Amino acid sequence: MHDVAKHDDSKTQYFWVWGALLVLTGIEVWLGYKQIFEPVRMLEILMVLSIIKSALIIGYFMHLKFETALMRWLLVISVTGCFIIMYFFFFPDADRIIRLGVK
Amino acid sequence: MADATLEHPATAGHAAGGGYEAPLLGAYSKKVGMWLFLASDSLTFGALLFAFSYNRIYTNPWPTPFHVASIINATVMTACLLSSSLTMVLAVFAAQRHDRAWTRNWLLATMVFGTAFIVLHGMEWTKLINEGLYLPGFVTMLGAQPATSGEYADISKNVPQFTQAFFGLTAMHMLHVTIGVIYLGVVALRKAFLPILAIIWIAAAFLIPASNIFHYPIHVLGVALVISAIILFLKPKDYDAEDVEVSGLYWHFVDLVWMFIFPLVYLMSTKV
Repeated sequence: MHDVAKHDDSKTQYFWVWGALLVLTGIEVWLGYKQIFEPVRMLEILMVLSIIKSALIIGYFMHLKFETALMRWLLVISVTGCFIIMYFFFFPDADRIIRLGVK
Repeated sequence: MADATLEHPATAGHAAGGGYEAPLLGAYSKKVGMWLFLASDSLTFGALLFAFSYNRIYTNPWPTPFHVASIINATVMTACLLSSSLTMVLAVFAAQRHDRAWTRNWLLATMVFGTAFIVLHGMEWTKLINEGLYLPGFVTMLGAQPATSGEYADISKNVPQFTQAFFGLTAMHMLHVTIGVIYLGVVALRKAFLPILAIIWIAAAFLIPASNIFHYPIHVLGVALVISAIILFLKPKDYDAEDVEVSGLYWHFVDLVWMFIFPLVYLMSTKV
């Protein structure tokens, strides 16, 4: 439970989150310029950074962190589950095409 | 935002042992409804992003049409959206303090950032199309002919899956941002927003040339005007902290989706 005064005091944390999101974006752009990784590895690294950014947005800006545990887990598990199913649907085929080549 | 949840009559009644049934997920129904909508919408974007990644992995060589200027432009667009999320959070705080003036001001600031994003994105689309990056449907729809030779025209001819994925994904997102700006305008200004939206729609319809890709899509503002008017006149109400919070959820979601589109679409197709 949060009282109003405590909540107002914690407003600064949103500025920190905003700053962290800008810094992570800067890192992504730097990686894009440097191109030190091969495309598939680059895709993985950028996705990890994007997942961190999305967790910050969902947790703090969308305030899911402060919702009830039932709501939090219901949303996270259901959406993540759907994405995992999509992953298994799409990427084995993309990987097969890389290994076998397109004919 | 948690304060709004705690102060909701349903929750308060439950806490006091009153006759209200406890909310299933500890939140008021509007918020649960918006979360469910966002969960379903995330699957729409998820499918598009997975399709884009699939294309990216199996297409070799993948085109790299985004030069330094495009990346700088997209980075500024990203900063606009991230900043708009911060101003949205501040709007929710102001609404919870019942500070109407600052709620409106922060919502308007959010709309300014969102509009800047749309304008920058629209300018980039126009530039890319003029230089030859287009879908066959664009040429049929537009009066003018884009460039038929050069780097971008070659991509359109040889790797159509790039143009399809790029325009499909970014158009879907741009539509969401546009709806978000209008949604915030309705919450911030209520009926006063209708003439503003009408003026923007009519001015844009006259100012955008027929050869521009946005000449016809701009009429989505007219559709939004009719829908907004129906909502505001049939169910006039004074939007409260809960409404501001729910509109904020939608806005943050639009920001969230861009956090995946930006690296996937732009940074994975960078030409240094």
